[in-house]
Amino acid sequence: MERTLIGKPLVAGSAEGRAIVSTQPLSFWGGLSPRTGEVIDRRHERSGAIVTGKIFVFPQGKGSSTSSAVLMEGIRAGTAPAAIITARVDPILALGAIVADELYHKTVPVVVLSQEDFDSIDEGDYLVIEHDGRIKVRPAEGKWA
Amino acid sequence: MSVSLTVKDRRKLSGQYGGAAKLAMSILIRMAEVYGAPELMDVTQAHIDGCALMCDSGLEFAETLVARGARVSVPTTLNMIPLDLQNWRRQGVPSEFANKANRIASAYTEMGCVPTWTCAPYQGYLTPRFGQQIAWGESNAIVYANSVLGARTNRYGDYMDICAAITGRVPKSGLHLKRNRKGQILLRLVDIAPQLLRDDTLYVALGHFTGGLVQEKVPVIEGLPVDATGDQLKALGAAAASSGAVALFHALGVTPEAHTLKEAFQGNTPESVIDVGLSDLRRAWSELSTADEGVKLDAIVLGCPHFSYAEFQQLAQAIEAEGGRSLHPGLRIIVLTSQTSYALLQRGNFMNTLLNFGIEIVLDTCVLHSPIISSDAEVIMTNSGKCAYYAPGELGVQVAFGSMRDCVRSAIEGAVCWGRTVWKGP
Repeated sequence: MERTLIGKPLVAGSAEGRAIVSTQPLSFWGGLSPRTGEVIDRRHERSGAIVTGKIFVFPQGKGSSTSSAVLMEGIRAGTAPAAIITARVDPILALGAIVADELYHKTVPVVVLSQEDFDSIDEGDYLVIEHDGRIKVRPAEGKWA
Repeated sequence: MSVSLTVKDRRKLSGQYGGAAKLAMSILIRMAEVYGAPELMDVTQAHIDGCALMCDSGLEFAETLVARGARVSVPTTLNMIPLDLQNWRRQGVPSEFANKANRIASAYTEMGCVPTWTCAPYQGYLTPRFGQQIAWGESNAIVYANSVLGARTNRYGDYMDICAAITGRVPKSGLHLKRNRKGQILLRLVDIAPQLLRDDTLYVALGHFTGGLVQEKVPVIEGLPVDATGDQLKALGAAAASSGAVALFHALGVTPEAHTLKEAFQGNTPESVIDVGLSDLRRAWSELSTADEGVKLDAIVLGCPHFSYAEFQQLAQAIEAEGGRSLHPGLRIIVLTSQTSYALLQRGNFMNTLLNFGIEIVLDTCVLHSPIISSDAEVIMTNSGKCAYYAPGELGVQVAFGSMRDCVRSAIEGAVCWGRTVWKGP
């Protein structure tokens, strides 16, 4: 059954894809390769996962101020996630998407959800993000089976 | 919500101050909306992290700004760049890489930035003063400027730093405002032996622990000695800004906005009070390493953030304490530093101790940003919490964290060696 969440778009745009979900914060520099889209923070629970083309759902960024550059480079190279959903406003991630938009007219949406709505998204859910921050959630196959 | 702009902001946005100021202003206004800021405010200094990463988009952004006539409007220092400008050939850095790094460096100096090339700008030229409104990038520099100096900056990411430097403006929000600088969580050090409170590794373990615990909140640490050194607080902040998103910490009786608990919390009650004991710090200490004792080392990396003169002095003493034993054959011991500290080192009286031991001094850059360590390297050791945090991902290595003396002993042994330490447990 499809349901709709109302998010706040920090960087507006539309995107859709499968959710890749983590409960841990991540620094994009030192944590995500802009060449391969792989989570490379070897201490992170999603180490080794590829985020390219997926909707990356994680609570917030941390660490390096170069994280915005890593996101922009990923957007340029086509390795970035299709969109980012967080539970808290992360200016550094929004920045990478905004500068990419200004320089290349190419970006990924960045949307903030309430903690409760954030927690309701599961790995593999199919998400459709709309320009105004609405997110349609279709549960992963087999979830209700 | 729309951001209220001054006449001058509007002129910049409309292009009357040139294409670069226009681009910078439109990014800043979009970021003001992200921060929820009602308006922009002046900054009087900037530090640019946007020159640190070797990447096409970063180069294209910097060269676009130059092509559109960018000039910084406030004194602006530069973070390390992806190249040791003097020694890159000897380090085996490919010339194609060096050319691109040089283009990044030239673009930023062309815009009028000061070529400081360091991630420890607070130990060099243009150190900000208490209360000064600044726009700094580089996570460790941000936390040092806010916490130890009492200057005011948010955690500015790459390329907002240069936008702020060009326009002299940032969103009026976050840590620029006194009310947001109050402590939120009280961390009380309990039952930590006085000699351990003077040990450099305590500051790293405490930083790593604190960042993971508080994430983006403002911690107040009670129990650090009043004579904690700048280098120790630098190590604490760098580690906390790697495991977490710490941009400001207060250390009671040590840092300038925390003479008393009341001042640190601005009269408010802490959201939570947490006692931090030796077992918490032992766990943090051991989390920093992924390599085991006795494992063969390929390199030792010191100077993350960039070494100060005092740290070079400590290193020389640690080497001298080993009584002439020499570096294990084939092992590299690399120290990262700025040209500013290097200039002092050249005038000091212990350079020969370092060079005779085989220390390699790397200037302007960092092994996590410039290809100095061979991609075949499997294990490195460091005294830095920040380097220990990021090296496994960025370099694909196992890492051991230890004190400077541990690093020197391990350099002699050729393998990870912690000796007898309180951190390993009773």
